[in-house]
Amino acid sequence: MAAAQDNSLPTSPGQALAGWVSVLISVAFFVGFWQALGPVGNGEVLRWSWEWVPSLGISLSFLIDGLSLSFALLISGIGALVMLYSTKYLAGHKHFARFFLYLTLFMMAMLGLVLSDNLLSLFVFWELTSITSYLLIGFSHTSADSRRSALQALLVTGGGGLALLAGIILIGWVAGTYELSEIRAQGDLIREHGLYLTIFVLFLLGAFTKSAQIPFHFWLPNAMAAPTPVSAYLHSATMVKAGIYLLARMHPTLAETDVWLWTLTIAGSATAVFASFMAVKQTDLKQILAYTTLMALGTLTLFLAADTGYAITAAMTFLIVHSLYKAALFMIAGAVDHSTGTREIDRLGGLARAMPITTAAAALAALSMAGFPPFLGFIGKELKYYGALAVQSEPLLVAGAVLLANALMLVAAGLVAFRPFWRGTHSTPMTPHEAPWQLLAGPVILAVLGALFGINSDLIANTLIKPGVAAISSGELEPVELKLWAGINLPLILSGITITLGIVLLIVHRRMRAFLLAMEARLPSFDRGWDKFLDGMKATAAWQTRILQSGVMRYYLYVIFATLLVAVGGTLIWTGAFTGIPDIQGVQVKHWVVVFLILAGTALTTITNSRIAGIAGLGAVGIGVALIFIIYSAPDVAITQLLVETLIVVLFAVAALRLPMLKPEDGFPNRKLDALFATAIGAVVAAIMITVTTGPINRRLTEYFEQSSWIDAYGRNIVNVILVDFRALDTFGEIAVVAVAGIAAWAILKGPKEDAK
Amino acid sequence: MKSIILTAGARLLVALLLVFSVFMLLRGHNVPGGGFIGGLIGAVGFVVYAIACGTSEAREALRLAPEKIAMAGLGIALFSGFMAFVMADDPFTGQWLFIGATETDKGLPLSSVLVFDIGVYLVVMGAILTLVFALEEEV
Repeated sequence: MAAAQDNSLPTSPGQALAGWVSVLISVAFFVGFWQALGPVGNGEVLRWSWEWVPSLGISLSFLIDGLSLSFALLISGIGALVMLYSTKYLAGHKHFARFFLYLTLFMMAMLGLVLSDNLLSLFVFWELTSITSYLLIGFSHTSADSRRSALQALLVTGGGGLALLAGIILIGWVAGTYELSEIRAQGDLIREHGLYLTIFVLFLLGAFTKSAQIPFHFWLPNAMAAPTPVSAYLHSATMVKAGIYLLARMHPTLAETDVWLWTLTIAGSATAVFASFMAVKQTDLKQILAYTTLMALGTLTLFLAADTGYAITAAMTFLIVHSLYKAALFMIAGAVDHSTGTREIDRLGGLARAMPITTAAAALAALSMAGFPPFLGFIGKELKYYGALAVQSEPLLVAGAVLLANALMLVAAGLVAFRPFWRGTHSTPMTPHEAPWQLLAGPVILAVLGALFGINSDLIANTLIKPGVAAISSGELEPVELKLWAGINLPLILSGITITLGIVLLIVHRRMRAFLLAMEARLPSFDRGWDKFLDGMKATAAWQTRILQSGVMRYYLYVIFATLLVAVGGTLIWTGAFTGIPDIQGVQVKHWVVVFLILAGTALTTITNSRIAGIAGLGAVGIGVALIFIIYSAPDVAITQLLVETLIVVLFAVAALRLPMLKPEDGFPNRKLDALFATAIGAVVAAIMITVTTGPINRRLTEYFEQSSWIDAYGRNIVNVILVDFRALDTFGEIAVVAVAGIAAWAILKGPKEDAK
Repeated sequence: MKSIILTAGARLLVALLLVFSVFMLLRGHNVPGGGFIGGLIGAVGFVVYAIACGTSEAREALRLAPEKIAMAGLGIALFSGFMAFVMADDPFTGQWLFIGATETDKGLPLSSVLVFDIGVYLVVMGAILTLVFALEEEV
């Protein structure tokens, strides 16, 4: 809405070009996929594959079968119409070109997702849709509400994405491949594997967060903060269907178990019924549509639970029906908003005279949504009842849920497409006028298609529905004929009940809404729960930062060394690697001298109250260590050690000049504890050294360097030859670190004085 | 607290340490030494000078800012790695040139490895002096 009112700036030629190029890209995709209709209708599956990361078994492989072709046609076709719509809807918006960039990126990601034949590349596209939808939902980035909704959608779907990744890795491990076409052949193996339940739960988390099933549904209505074309595209026809696509794609691999059947049935029917009640409670056109989308997603999940031809055919048909009418209605809501300045149904009325074409398109789409004959929606609804009655789990429960949801859907359709156009008069901010052709093309085309496919269902039955059902069920299930008139039977009777109930509810709608509002006030809100969850997470982060990042050097050292003590010492004891102190033979006087020097230096450092004396003591320890290196003939290391010790003493001495003397009274109580702690650390390190040196030493590398140092690198000092020749790249990395450390220290010491003091 | 004896002694000591550091750098390929040790010794020389005569004089004696020396060293080391490209080898493959080599004598060996070691020398010396000078000036 904000976008529509920002019409002050004219669209520059460059921006207009960005818009039209996007439209052309999607049209090109649509035409391309159209070509595949023939082969796929004959039951062929088209495949392409390129190596991507062969070492990880990731390839860029794509497939077109009935399922992915249906999705691809919907994505590119509705994409083209939505983009055409946006060229007008967002005309003059400051970030016009940016919007089209995001939208086109999103479309590509979505196409990649539905066409991927490799689970890992599917995951990459899956995440890309999350990221691009984040950018699109938060498009009006100056509004805090938009930003919150965008982040919420990203976190919920991104969290589900992580679960999905874990599931994908597990399935790849069990099946030994990430290629979907190979995995579907191993459905029995995966279903009988011990990890099946884990894989199932992880995939479900991914699909349910993306497709907004209870209890992850709350982000979808909030995502309506996006500009209306985005809602029409992402939150009706494409992104939220990605989860449904995943469930359908994994159907041959993961379905046909009790846990799949029951989980999907319960989650799907709960979402459908809950969402349809929520939908009729809303007063904002977009909110009503958002909740009806939830209802549709719930219904699709419900049908994917089952393993019968009726249910799967119902799912495929409803998928197409819903995409057609929902995208149309969203665009109509945007057109109404565009021309009247409001989306509140209480303020809208009698628009039919001012907006005749919009009204007609709305009526067609709404009749399909409500399930009146001869629209495709009617066939979809009939199939839903067939499917519901054929569901193995609880046919009555499922049929009841579907009946209630469908009746409420009729109410929602009436609210969206009947009341604003026919009843009463309007009191809108702007005088309504007919929308321009760009805003009308999408709704009209989609609404007419809904009617056309209903009257002549053969148009899609053999080309999309049948191959789609074959793809979902691995060709095991027979799709059902799409028929407008199948004689008087139970589904037809249920349809009659639905329509009657819906009309009754529409008449008492105001009273029902008041009742639902009163109910809602008592129920816990998921959206508020989400805020509490985020607050809790932030509080936990703050709490653990307070504990871990105390800012006191002493505590940091405690934490580091305690970790060392527990992790390394514990491992040594637990694995039994440390077998005790071996007999030490051949200790000479010079060894004792070094030991004495080190012990004396240590004693001086720990007892003294003078920092300089303490540093000198440490220096003595360092020199003792250097002597050890000399005794064991490692002159290079010894020289380095000596020089480093010297420099450290000098640096410490410079710093110590400015520090106060250590006070015995506050030093000593801590020192006893420190001494105990330090001794324990020393013991652990000594134990490691003993363990390492008592084991056999692999001299392979030593021998290699001894042999090739002179021949290959013309040097006799092996240490140096390794540093500058064999491992020169490592050394380069190390000196880069040295240089950066020097400059970092310089920056800290010479940095802004206010910070230092 | 400037001491004349220390100042006079330091001048001599710095010269000796610097020559020694270059000596250590050059001999490093066959006997103990090398760029790292050489750089440390060179740094110690200037640290002694800074303690005796003050950091400003030490900076003057060094002529270049120590952080620049460190960066130059890093650049030289990287350059030596790329010298292998001339002979179409992988980066950091040692390239050797034996000047005046005969059947029995290898002559004067010059190599990209030596250039790399000089880079290491400069980085170590530069980085340490950056740190020490900054510390002494601040405290």
